[in-house]
Amino acid sequence: MSTTTTDLQNEIDAHATHDDHHHGPEKGLLRWVKTTNHKDIGTLYIWFAFAMLLIGGGMAMYIRAELFQPGMQFFDPQFFNQMTTLHGLIMVFGAIMPAFVGLANWQIPLMIGAKDMALPRMNNWSFWILPFAGMMLISTLFMEGGGPAFGWTFYAPLSTTFAPDSTDFFIFAVHMLGFSSIMGAINVIATIMNMRAPDMKLMDMPLFVWTWFITAFLLIAAMPVLAGAVTMMLTDRNFGTSFFDAAGGGDPVMFQHIFWFFGHPEVYIMILPAFGIVSQIIPTFARKPLFGYSSMVYASASIALLSFVVWAHHMFLTGMPIAGQMYFMYATIMISVPTGVKVFNWVTTMWRGSMTFETPMLWAVAFVILFTIGGFSGLMLGIAPADIQYHDTYFVVAHFHYVLVTGALFSIIAAVFYWLPKWCGRMYNEKLAKIHFWWAVISVNVLFFPQHFLGLAGMPRRIPDYSLQFADFNMISSIGGFAFGASFILLTYIIVDAIRNGEKVTDERVWDSAKGLEWTVATPAPYHTFDTPPDEKQILAESSHIHVEGVH
Amino acid sequence: MLGKRFSPHLSFISHLKKNLSLIKTILLSLIFTPQLVHAEYGLNLPKGVTSISRDIYGLHMLIFWVCVGIAVLVFGVMIWSMIFHRKSRGAVASNFHESTAVELVWTLVPLAVLIAIAFPATKVLIDLENTEKADMTVKITGYQWKWQYEYMDEGVSFFSSLNKASSDATRDDAARAKNPNYLLDVDNRLVLPTGKRIRFLMTSNDVIHSWWVRDLGVKQDANPGFINDSWAKIDVPGVYRGQCAELCGKDHGFMPIVVEAKSEADYKAWIGEQKERQKAAAAAGDREWSKDELMAQGQKVYSGSCASCHGVTGQGIPGVFPAITGSPIASGDIKTHINIVLNGKAGTAMQAFGKQLNDSDLAAVITYERNALGNSKGDLVQPSTIKSAR
Repeated sequence: MSTTTTDLQNEIDAHATHDDHHHGPEKGLLRWVKTTNHKDIGTLYIWFAFAMLLIGGGMAMYIRAELFQPGMQFFDPQFFNQMTTLHGLIMVFGAIMPAFVGLANWQIPLMIGAKDMALPRMNNWSFWILPFAGMMLISTLFMEGGGPAFGWTFYAPLSTTFAPDSTDFFIFAVHMLGFSSIMGAINVIATIMNMRAPDMKLMDMPLFVWTWFITAFLLIAAMPVLAGAVTMMLTDRNFGTSFFDAAGGGDPVMFQHIFWFFGHPEVYIMILPAFGIVSQIIPTFARKPLFGYSSMVYASASIALLSFVVWAHHMFLTGMPIAGQMYFMYATIMISVPTGVKVFNWVTTMWRGSMTFETPMLWAVAFVILFTIGGFSGLMLGIAPADIQYHDTYFVVAHFHYVLVTGALFSIIAAVFYWLPKWCGRMYNEKLAKIHFWWAVISVNVLFFPQHFLGLAGMPRRIPDYSLQFADFNMISSIGGFAFGASFILLTYIIVDAIRNGEKVTDERVWDSAKGLEWTVATPAPYHTFDTPPDEKQILAESSHIHVEGVH
Repeated sequence: MLGKRFSPHLSFISHLKKNLSLIKTILLSLIFTPQLVHAEYGLNLPKGVTSISRDIYGLHMLIFWVCVGIAVLVFGVMIWSMIFHRKSRGAVASNFHESTAVELVWTLVPLAVLIAIAFPATKVLIDLENTEKADMTVKITGYQWKWQYEYMDEGVSFFSSLNKASSDATRDDAARAKNPNYLLDVDNRLVLPTGKRIRFLMTSNDVIHSWWVRDLGVKQDANPGFINDSWAKIDVPGVYRGQCAELCGKDHGFMPIVVEAKSEADYKAWIGEQKERQKAAAAAGDREWSKDELMAQGQKVYSGSCASCHGVTGQGIPGVFPAITGSPIASGDIKTHINIVLNGKAGTAMQAFGKQLNDSDLAAVITYERNALGNSKGDLVQPSTIKSAR
């Protein structure tokens, strides 16, 4: 276009002189609308995710209230189905994924010695799409015919021919969420490839950066597939195509293939960054380098590759040929090998360390144990013949809540406690935070563990009412659910209290044996960091996985 | 009578209002829990009554104990180190951070364990996918929200849906407490012989359903436009209950399955009865019906086949299911009305009831819709009219 290289150079020079004396953020509300600063955008993402977590959690409370005892108490079944659908969608697309993107925004530039994200304006845009997509999704509840009521997996033809009119708004919301995720992922890849401190080799990168790097590729590959699925739904619903309608030559099972080709990588999109977080936290509080850094990187990459070739293990009962079932069974249980390697590495990192159990470490340890339990039930579900009895029961509900709540969500909470003092220069109340941890970790198990029994006893998922034999465990599960839900009131207090009145922290390192470039900038982290990239010596000294004698 | 239990359409706001009583109910039920609790503590999968269900149970236990073994090992090491390798006990951190040998061991050993599990799993899979050499075939069709069973070799076919005692009890605590099979009971059971290899064919008329009876070790999706199969050979006579396992819309939680396994002689007798019943029903379609007869039968058919969508009072659910009350079809031309009930409406949830109901039931329900539920068209439909319209 009209911009020549000279123009560009002049502009860069102008900026360079201008930015010599950094000014802070703009004042007022517009700061947040216009910001291109990775720290601001990270903050926005995390607060948005937290708001969505509370909304989705509120829906979960409704669900557990209806299931508290047999009979229909509060809902008609149609509304119950809307609640389960939106609970799932909001938690996946509104809470977990944006929270991880927020953490990536804050931490990746700090951890690789970069000034900011590579594409700051797109960064702003990819955040600001989210609130609108989220609002559109929630607004469907107030439309005639109600919101989407076909489960977060929205299987056709229930989501096409048999769905309420508001489904078209749902489709548009999913498209927007997809745009946001893809742009976020492009930004992460561009940042890591181009903005990394020149002396930082790929194998010097902290595990959180590595796992996010891999996750970003998964996002770019998987989200367009989801966009394709909802677009086919849109044309099936409105323009007379029949991709998923057998009467017109289509196939409803094809919808599931397309959905899970997105959906299974999506599962790892929500857990790989969690692996990264835990790999940062455990070495800090074990005061020992991470065991098997390179095998952790390779394991993450193999999990990511395998995640693309196992999708149909969600579909063993759709009438798949026996060869297909065998292949997907073998490929699926194969994933437990690299996942196991990760767990063994964390445990070995703890082994003969010098451990303390500050709040982030407590959450990380709970993650390792409870995620592993979710992994065990995942292994059981992967055995195709056994899946006949587990599929679409509460056993599955228990399984994916163990990996997503005590897995992904716990890692996010761990990350917030771990990095919060660096972000705002204030320490949270350790005593309250520990009380909160025990409250949450006990209640979440009361909530989800009995659901294994319910599933094995024969309770299908997504039912608003159940026969009397399931009454006891449902009541226990609901009580755990209410207690776990209430724990978030305390969490909100702890976080707000830390930000406003927390004890001031000025030590750059915050945690005595934390390693990583983020711990070399001032506390709280200034608005602009790493104007000059860190040098090789500093990078090696801060690498948590390679112990360099005599440098530190 | 699903429509009565669920008020036609409750807005979001009215839900919020209703839930003000939530805390009260929860506190009350906590206090009265002892009366409510009369359930068995089912902790594990039952073994079931077919060779497949027992094989699956065996696999389930095998993989479960493998997981327990790994858990004891991993969590044991972890807990040990959390107790003994803590700073407060004066533990000094080591520095080891790599060992190719160890990494190799914990990659290869789990791999070997998995291969060991894969062998029996594959064997069971091959067995349960082999639906050949069946003694008899039952075709199962899922409908929103009931099942149709067709005995392919006998010409017997019927629908099976949630029984009235269950549907009446969803908002009645006392009735529920008296009903041990609440939500797991149907009007017409699927009766099967023991000791025979039975092949099931699954398909659906509308959305995807999944036919699941745990004790038989059978769960298979019923896809519209496609046919899946599965098989079972039941060893022990008895009543085995299950539910639809795939979310299929509003009343997904209310379409149970009841299988009654009988000895071969009893099964033969039962099949004979069914054939007689079907003959009698066909004969009823050949005579003229009075208005009272039509209206009485029509109300029965309406609550069984129509009310779950269109509502007991005919109000429907705005934006999802249209109302019958004052509808242009139920108060308009009778031919259009017969046509839509017989053939359904493509692209909507309206089913083709011509395949589900006999002539007299169709005549009765159409008469009922035109002369009740707030409509008073005054005209009658006779079974003979339906017969000629088919």
